[in-house]
Amino acid sequence: MVGSDLLRVRDVDVSIAGRMILNDVNFRIEHGEFTGLIGSNGAGKTTLLRVILGLQNVVRGEVLVHGQPMTRSNKSVGYVPQKVLFEPDLPVRVRDFVALGVDGDRFGFARRSKATNETVDEMLEAVEASAFSTRKIGSLSGGEQQRVLIAHALVSRPELLLLDEPLANLDPGSAQEIIELLHSVVTNQQVALLLSSHEMNPLLPVMDRVIYAANGRIASGTTDEVVRPDVLSALYGHHVDVVRVHGRVLVVAGDHEHGGSNLADHPDLVIE
Amino acid sequence: MRWLFEPGLFANGSVRTALVLGALVAVVSAVVGIFTVLRGQSFAGHALTDVATAGGAAASLAVVSPLFGFIGAGVLGAGAMDAIGVQRVKDRDVATGVVLGAATGLSALFLYLITLSTSTTGSTQSILFGSVFSVEPSTLPDAAVLGLLVLAGLTFIRRPLLMSSISPELAGARGIRVRWVGLGFMVMLAVAVGLSAIVIGSILSTALLIGPPASTLKVASRLSRAVALAGVLGVFATWLGVILAYDSYYWFASRRGLPVSFFVVVLVMLEFVIASAYTRWRRVHVATLRRAPREEDGRS
Repeated sequence: MVGSDLLRVRDVDVSIAGRMILNDVNFRIEHGEFTGLIGSNGAGKTTLLRVILGLQNVVRGEVLVHGQPMTRSNKSVGYVPQKVLFEPDLPVRVRDFVALGVDGDRFGFARRSKATNETVDEMLEAVEASAFSTRKIGSLSGGEQQRVLIAHALVSRPELLLLDEPLANLDPGSAQEIIELLHSVVTNQQVALLLSSHEMNPLLPVMDRVIYAANGRIASGTTDEVVRPDVLSALYGHHVDVVRVHGRVLVVAGDHEHGGSNLADHPDLVIE
Repeated sequence: MRWLFEPGLFANGSVRTALVLGALVAVVSAVVGIFTVLRGQSFAGHALTDVATAGGAAASLAVVSPLFGFIGAGVLGAGAMDAIGVQRVKDRDVATGVVLGAATGLSALFLYLITLSTSTTGSTQSILFGSVFSVEPSTLPDAAVLGLLVLAGLTFIRRPLLMSSISPELAGARGIRVRWVGLGFMVMLAVAVGLSAIVIGSILSTALLIGPPASTLKVASRLSRAVALAGVLGVFATWLGVILAYDSYYWFASRRGLPVSFFVVVLVMLEFVIASAYTRWRRVHVATLRRAPREEDGRS
């Protein structure tokens, strides 16, 4: 299946309250790809994910899944939001929440089927959450909740999984565990993945493609194609340096001599 | 021998009606109340009681069954809250506050008009604080149909409702029409408040709606168990409240009993205090149990 477009975002403009948030956005994602959506806070990452999900209207452009316009009820696309606040009192066990990924949108009187329960067990095992499957979801740690949210999104067998800042608020150890888990999901279940993050380095070993967002515009390609001074300078509208140190990439604002602006004027430009 | 309760309790037709109606209302309130608490809409529930007050008073003036006044006004109030704005928590609070203010003003007007009318003596008391012993048995079938409709409706929408209660964003991404599900729930909430108003009065109906579910959510780990336990606690408080109110007639030489709503509200409060104390004890107990093996390991 690799080589065919699973998702295509074409010529998308988004304006919210008169402010242009996304401008002429174009990219595609193929089956089984791990794609990082990188950008600083306010770059439009969450808006772009909402556009793909059909939750945000566009001024212009279209989102196609398998060549067809995306609809809100499209089960091909799963979603893990940036933050879900699970109250400690919420009387929902982990396995019940994951099961809602299968039947949470269904109206009716029917009881949950045996097949659904078996699928839930499989998915809990795949994300290594079986050990706490009967605990209340509000009693879990941030990393454990993130695993459960991923299982919830994957249990309906989507072809593309969107994750909005899943590494935010996690300690480095838990973040690394989540990245490894997601990489194994992409490899074993052939799910394409679009993960937004303001940190690029933890994703470098696993990313097939990067979509770099800044100033409402994006650049898409492999890391070597996109994370370059000329591409990012064009994206930001002024000079940007890319420094590679010990396998890490640092993106920093250039100085005035290079026609760039002062770092103090643009603190958001230090991405890593 | 002194009876625990005065004899003849269950032979009394008014008591039997009160017990049946009380159980029905307690169960409906418990089921709706669990979702009300989960969705953080206790304030909306309270506002609907004020809307119900206006409806009950208007119905009383029009010499119509207060039940239909309670429910009719509640449904209109729920629709008004949705129309003004329920998407964001802040908007929801504003919408609820606006409707509550308007309803309280209408209540003041209708209750004042009732005091001027000789044909509605005692209506103000029964609208605000309930009078389950004076409910006609003919009200039971209507209340039962409405209660069963609410229970069936909630069962029908339970999964999308739970999803949108946990995370509206996640529910929206799964294609659930969060606003329609929310509006449907608000209508059911209005009916539950209306039913509760005829037992303990419109002002106190949030006690049954919020009390047992809030107590239950402190201890239950599963939604189905939370609903069942809230129902049991609600029925217990209502039945014991009815029995105590009946019995209180014999407590004083003046032979004037105390109102049912007083006992129900006190019992609901007691349940909440006990549930809170149990939760605190369990937290300390579990922490102690977890600490003990570590200290044992340290010594060995």
